[in-house]
Amino acid sequence: MAKLLTYEEKDTAIHRLSGFTKMFFFLMWSLISMLTYDTRVLIVMIIISLISYKFSHTDWRQVATVFKLLCFFLSINIIAVFVIAPYEGCNIYGTRTDLFHIAGMYYMTAEQLFYEINIILKYVTIVPAVLIFIVTTNPSEFAASLNKLGVSYNISYAIAIALRYIPDVQDDYTKIKHAQEARGIEMSAKAKLKDRILNISAIIFPLVFSSMERIDVVSNAMELRGFGKHKKRTWYTGKQLTKADYAVIIFTTILSIAAMVITYYDGNRFYNPFILP
Amino acid sequence: MGKKFGIKEVVAMGIGTALFVVLTTVQIPIGIPNTALQVRAAVLAFMSAVYGPVVGGVIGFAGHALGDAVFYGGVWWSWVFPDALFGIVVGLFVKKFAITTGGFDKAKMILFNIVQVVGNALAWIVLAPVLDILIYAEAPGKVFLQGAGAFLGNIIIVGVLGTLIGAVYSKTGAKNSSLQKED
Repeated sequence: MAKLLTYEEKDTAIHRLSGFTKMFFFLMWSLISMLTYDTRVLIVMIIISLISYKFSHTDWRQVATVFKLLCFFLSINIIAVFVIAPYEGCNIYGTRTDLFHIAGMYYMTAEQLFYEINIILKYVTIVPAVLIFIVTTNPSEFAASLNKLGVSYNISYAIAIALRYIPDVQDDYTKIKHAQEARGIEMSAKAKLKDRILNISAIIFPLVFSSMERIDVVSNAMELRGFGKHKKRTWYTGKQLTKADYAVIIFTTILSIAAMVITYYDGNRFYNPFILP
Repeated sequence: MGKKFGIKEVVAMGIGTALFVVLTTVQIPIGIPNTALQVRAAVLAFMSAVYGPVVGGVIGFAGHALGDAVFYGGVWWSWVFPDALFGIVVGLFVKKFAITTGGFDKAKMILFNIVQVVGNALAWIVLAPVLDILIYAEAPGKVFLQGAGAFLGNIIIVGVLGTLIGAVYSKTGAKNSSLQKED
């Protein structure tokens, strides 16, 4: 099973911030990086998130596996964009500057290169925000912050359950897989496609059914404790917002507005360096 | 199933999301590069068919977003929403499937598969490429090709694995019909 990102307890300025603040930062960053295609805005956003990443004192080993996977998928995507639509950049920026010839109909153009760099920036901008959020926010506090953001407490609680049970379900998965492998079921690419689906179902069936049982057990336990009786609930791990939280929230809001203004100032969301005189 | 949103649905969203996240990296390669059968799609279809549209939508949305975040460190928003949509579409027919009452027979399996094909088409051939174009300004040719790949992979895995899980669960896990009237 691949290693996944997990929360790690530390005492840094970022850890002390409320989960609500970090979630707000993450959501605003996602929203802006979706809307803007302005290279300048994206670069500023990356620098800010890298600085906050630095402040979270996250070790490289915590995020190394995940980061490598991300780079792998990003490069596949970037190559796919070029192979299937080599002149999309020219369409967007309206000019064509050939840099060199690759093969057949494929010319590398400055516009395409710039366009693909922008795609990379758009994807990468939210990466530090995601890493910070997952690595520095206590899972139970995550639910409290969702609730504070206005998500109903039933759904917030469901997310808390999800985070709580991911390690357990992962454990189940590994155990079942080992048991089935011990029985001689082939999981690797050597088996035929039909066999592979059948073999994977040898893991999925026990996993799904044990999860269905878990749903019964957990919901009975919650029912006995009177979950859902009141319209509101308090959160054991919820944090009060401090001065630092307000500062970050205000800073993020101002930055987001500024980013939107700069992006749409000239009427479209692309920053076009090619039409400058 | 006429009762309102209950504790069981809350827990089903939670555990279902956990299951979906864990299965993020469990894929069956089919020999075409960058395309694999997503086992989690079958689980999402099953959970939606058992617990309804809200649970399905939340599992699709939260499961995909969290799974992306913890495994890849980024969130591909344009592919998060289609999974939510797929969960909602399949979940809308929860009463028709009658999985929990043990009545998931041939006719209902056919209905389940019609719904899942329509849901997958809406999600991966319509919504995902449109969002990719709107959010990431990607080339239409590329995203529709990618969407078609995801669509094909998902209808296969949901059609085979999803239907099987539903059928077996309906037979063994069913509660209402385990009592039979004696003659």
